[in-house]
Amino acid sequence: MVSLTTKICGKIFKSPLILTSGVLGTEAELLARVARSGLGAVTTKSCGLVPRVGHENPTVLAWENGLINAVGLTNPGVDQEIEEIKRLKKLLDGTIIIASFFGATKKEFIQVAGRLSLACPDFLEVNLSCPNTECEFGRAFATDAKDTQEITRSVKKVTKIPIIVKLSPNVTDIKIIARAAEDGGANAISAINTPTGMLIDVESGKPMLTNKFGGISGPAIRPIAIRCVYEIASSVKIPIIGIGGVTYGRDAVEMIMAGATAVGVGSAVYYRGIRVFGKINQEILRFMGAHHFKNLEEIRSSAHEN
Amino acid sequence: MKTNLPKPIIINRIINENYKVKTFVSKTEIKSKPGQFILVWLPRLAERPFAVVDDSPLAFTVAKVGKFTQALHNLKEGDRIWFRGPFGKGVFKLEGEEHLLIGGGYGVAPLYFLAKKSLKGHKMTMIIGAKSKNELLFEEKFNRLRIKVQVATEDGSRGENGLAPNLLYKILSEKKVDCVYACGPMPMLAKVVEICHNFKVNFQISLETIIKCGIGVCGSCSYQGKLVCQDGPVFRHWPF
Repeated sequence: MVSLTTKICGKIFKSPLILTSGVLGTEAELLARVARSGLGAVTTKSCGLVPRVGHENPTVLAWENGLINAVGLTNPGVDQEIEEIKRLKKLLDGTIIIASFFGATKKEFIQVAGRLSLACPDFLEVNLSCPNTECEFGRAFATDAKDTQEITRSVKKVTKIPIIVKLSPNVTDIKIIARAAEDGGANAISAINTPTGMLIDVESGKPMLTNKFGGISGPAIRPIAIRCVYEIASSVKIPIIGIGGVTYGRDAVEMIMAGATAVGVGSAVYYRGIRVFGKINQEILRFMGAHHFKNLEEIRSSAHEN
Repeated sequence: MKTNLPKPIIINRIINENYKVKTFVSKTEIKSKPGQFILVWLPRLAERPFAVVDDSPLAFTVAKVGKFTQALHNLKEGDRIWFRGPFGKGVFKLEGEEHLLIGGGYGVAPLYFLAKKSLKGHKMTMIIGAKSKNELLFEEKFNRLRIKVQVATEDGSRGENGLAPNLLYKILSEKKVDCVYACGPMPMLAKVVEICHNFKVNFQISLETIIKCGIGVCGSCSYQGKLVCQDGPVFRHWPF
């Protein structure tokens, strides 16, 4: 039997595929519907201490080789999110829940983590790396190793739930940040958040996104993500959720070969619809069958061997 | 790979529908189905969804309710706007021969497109609901299509005194209808669905939620597990 299961912190994922944070939002019924298409885990959209409307539209656009977004951390606030996660738990059957959150300040990270833990998700994802709120919050914490370690450590102190730290590719050396997260006590790392970019409409001569800058996702960033995951895998021992441009089964396999234990899928929903997860699962199984692999362990980190 | 970026179009004609509603007619022909919507962008200001009122050429109707719609109302014939779309896989499609359309407020816009696209051989009645006489929309437009129009106003200043679903109830009590097509505020839709369930009549309703990306990614429009921008905006069942 060919198996797609994978494990992080002793928790069993029936598929390595994870819905990435921010894609499809946070409504319990919608996330449950997506989960049924064959996900190992769903990640809820990052929530903060208080509700946020987010940026003015356009917030998500599809360009030639990917998407660009500056949604601006739209969320109902942690208290409402707790209720949504409780509802989601009742609707899911064996799909892991990862609750993503952010803080405007270091103190807020601690406050939100403490409260969000009351919803008892399987994991907390510490979003240190949203690129789209720099005007308000300053540069993302994940661009600084000391901040990354400090926030990770302080979040660990207020929760018993395993934490995943989400890293930014917009750094000089992602290995240093990954080690800082590991030293801070992170149970896993998810990478990458989106590299930043910009599109200008040449007809009007104006930026297309209202926020001007946005995070790039989709096929365009896959090689960046693969490189980052490879580098992180070579420098930490904790598991990695590889995210960035995975659209087909072969992309997921590539991510696992770079060292990922699980694989985030987000923008592929645009290219292949809401049932993309089931399709990618089938493609991974077909690949494994054709190459006589029995489980994902046999593939993992193959790119690291000489 | 498939892109979804705003494209500029020229406004050819602006029609004053009432004291706060204008229809913008472009020069550009697009392919669209009744119920679909476009996202209209004014650079550096905002981007908002509007129902397609016609596709050859593209036209949409705007009520002045805020900063963005005010900016649209300030435009003149010959000015440019940007749009992407049309969006939505759930669209209005005629079922049977005897049709009853019901639009509340700005909800009449996509129903006009439905009526215009599918005239020959179909029997249609249009119910238009509005707060008062001066907010009434599209009555003449439907008349010009030779469709029987019934009006309900909340203050009784024109037609039936009360809400549009009251007229729906009356008509369904009197004759057999194959399908009801509705667009308007949520409370009106809830009432329409309740009445249709009682009379065991098929219905198609266009839901309104917060639409942002339009491409089924951001989840802003999610409603009871549906992505309104992709699965809808028109649905044949409700609640899901």
